[in-house]
Amino acid sequence: MVTLSTPPSKSDITEPVEASQEVTPLPFEQPLVNLQDKIDELASAGDDLSVDMNAELTRLRKQAADVKEKLYSDITPANRLQIARHPQRPNFLELVRAISPNTWIELHGDRGGSDDRAIIGGIGEIDGRPVMLVGTQKGRGMKENLHHNFGMANPEGYRKALRLFQHAEKFNMPIITMIDTPGAYPGMDGEEKGIGQAIAFNIREMARLKVPVISVVLGEASSGGALGIGVANKIYMLEHALYTVISPEGCASILWRSAEHAARAADALKITADDLMAFGIADGKITEPFGGAHHQPKVLANRLQIALKEGLSDLASASGEELVEQRYQKYRHIGAYELVDAE
Amino acid sequence: MSLRDWFAKKKQKARLNADGVNRKLTDDELCSIWVQCYSCNATLPRKAMEHNQQVCMECEYHFRIGASDRIQQLFCQEDDTFIELNANLGPADPLTFTDTQPYRKRQVGARSKSDLNEAVVTGIAKLHRMQEPNDDAADTPPTIDEAESFALGIMDFDYLGGSMGSVVGEKLTCLAECALKYDLPLVIFSSSGGARMQEGTLSLMQMVKTGTVLARLHDAGLLYISVLTEPTFGGVTASFGTLGDVILAEKGARIGFAGRRVIEQTIRQKLPNDFQTAGYLMKYGQVDRVVHRHNLRHELLELIRLHRISSGKTPKAVSQGQLLDFEVNPSPFLLTPDAEPVPV
Repeated sequence: MVTLSTPPSKSDITEPVEASQEVTPLPFEQPLVNLQDKIDELASAGDDLSVDMNAELTRLRKQAADVKEKLYSDITPANRLQIARHPQRPNFLELVRAISPNTWIELHGDRGGSDDRAIIGGIGEIDGRPVMLVGTQKGRGMKENLHHNFGMANPEGYRKALRLFQHAEKFNMPIITMIDTPGAYPGMDGEEKGIGQAIAFNIREMARLKVPVISVVLGEASSGGALGIGVANKIYMLEHALYTVISPEGCASILWRSAEHAARAADALKITADDLMAFGIADGKITEPFGGAHHQPKVLANRLQIALKEGLSDLASASGEELVEQRYQKYRHIGAYELVDAE
Repeated sequence: MSLRDWFAKKKQKARLNADGVNRKLTDDELCSIWVQCYSCNATLPRKAMEHNQQVCMECEYHFRIGASDRIQQLFCQEDDTFIELNANLGPADPLTFTDTQPYRKRQVGARSKSDLNEAVVTGIAKLHRMQEPNDDAADTPPTIDEAESFALGIMDFDYLGGSMGSVVGEKLTCLAECALKYDLPLVIFSSSGGARMQEGTLSLMQMVKTGTVLARLHDAGLLYISVLTEPTFGGVTASFGTLGDVILAEKGARIGFAGRRVIEQTIRQKLPNDFQTAGYLMKYGQVDRVVHRHNLRHELLELIRLHRISSGKTPKAVSQGQLLDFEVNPSPFLLTPDAEPVPV
């Protein structure tokens, strides 16, 4: 028996998920960074002057731990937005490699003349079960990000994704999609090629798929660009991931007439994993390592793998018709409305 | 609300104060007699504009119209009927959302501006074919064969920019489910800025809700005609707006996914003047036809007739009582901030 297993191509992954690197602090973590600087300074000063700073150092270290605890227990949606967009946050291909370490065969192209690099898809293996993995890809660093267009897909990307979904259905492969996108790319070309139609068509056709579909929100899932690969039987969100109708910046610039109110918009829009579970949209939350997934990508990948295995086995016994019906009922019941008095 | 009420309300609005004849008219009163064309600046008599279906007599510019005008224009034959569904479904405030003003306050404003409870009117329509003016048989009443029944949804931009929140999603889904049950063709007139921000991700999910019910309609072999009117953007373009078996665009309508300004800022170049207009989209293969407002009713009826004949799907008779099944009973779905979320 020949085992087909190709590692992801070099051009797509530069940093393996295992590599632990210096973590860049986020703006909201600044108080902690200041304290840490002070501790380092004191420690080295103490060494130089041979003065015992231990008492002071212990006090400061305790203070730092308290500050850290407080930062994360009072975490706001705007803080989560920073974590979700952290440049070192694990991206789709890194997680694919972690959850399907031996198998990854990327399938390219929409068969219409293009291979959008913002949406990547291919076949992987989870627990010995072949799965179709499709996700929006954010790069690591400027060069990769330009290559993947910052995870903002064009119509070709959605059409490629649809081709892969239908391929998966033909061969009875469960589908796992991972979403991390600021939205579809707002370009002239995209409008001419029907970006709206491409997303709409994917929504309709994903509703008809007779195989299990699980969708995981990795970072930010914004607007229709997320839905184009997001119609699923189960939706999971990473702890700090956000699912929103419009980016908080976009919302603020329309409703408050200034993007400076993005933090308020992030709060008002109710876009966290807990909010979405309360609305009956998300079905599960995957807890991240303390401080965010970028601190311990491997731990996160393990938890993701466990969640996916569970989700897949939950759906494994359902027939194609049952899956379609379950998906229909899931979305059918989302919404809030009232009866108003007749005039 | 019955069709008669629509007309009554419209008339009441348009009625002029008879005392004003012998004195100098105020600006408001002048505006009630004259309108200015946004495109060619011609000053046009309001009455004549109404008669001309709000199309400029000078330059053919199509004024944006709301649901009540649209209904008045479509239901112009005496026997035409429209039974409205879910007229009293209104928005909740699931996020207790407040920006520069509370969402509840915006709802009140939108309601008085549009005279509607929400941004879409849905119902079951029956339209009779126009008699040809020179036809010898012009005096004979139309027979049943000359009428088409279909499920009709009309969005209204005056209600919070025609934005799609939970109610728009729900009303359209109920409408499509009704079409499914009675083998009716579905026609939706879109006019929307996109998903409604004030209902957050719940609004976004209405795109999926409408998309999944249209999947069922598709599987059942029923015709869906999407009519894109000025303006259709964002979440509506990326869901039911572009899922029509036939997509018509009203002449001059602006249609797109992202807004023009956002695109210009992103690509840092000036866009062509006709970018995202109906004609531009037809040139790029995104809509089937660009239709003049005066021909819209006729084209719809023709399309429905041709597809009815070839598919053999004749609408089942449906009584007003049976339609009550598609009136939303909000209790199982209603979400309020204090209520426990509904398990899925």
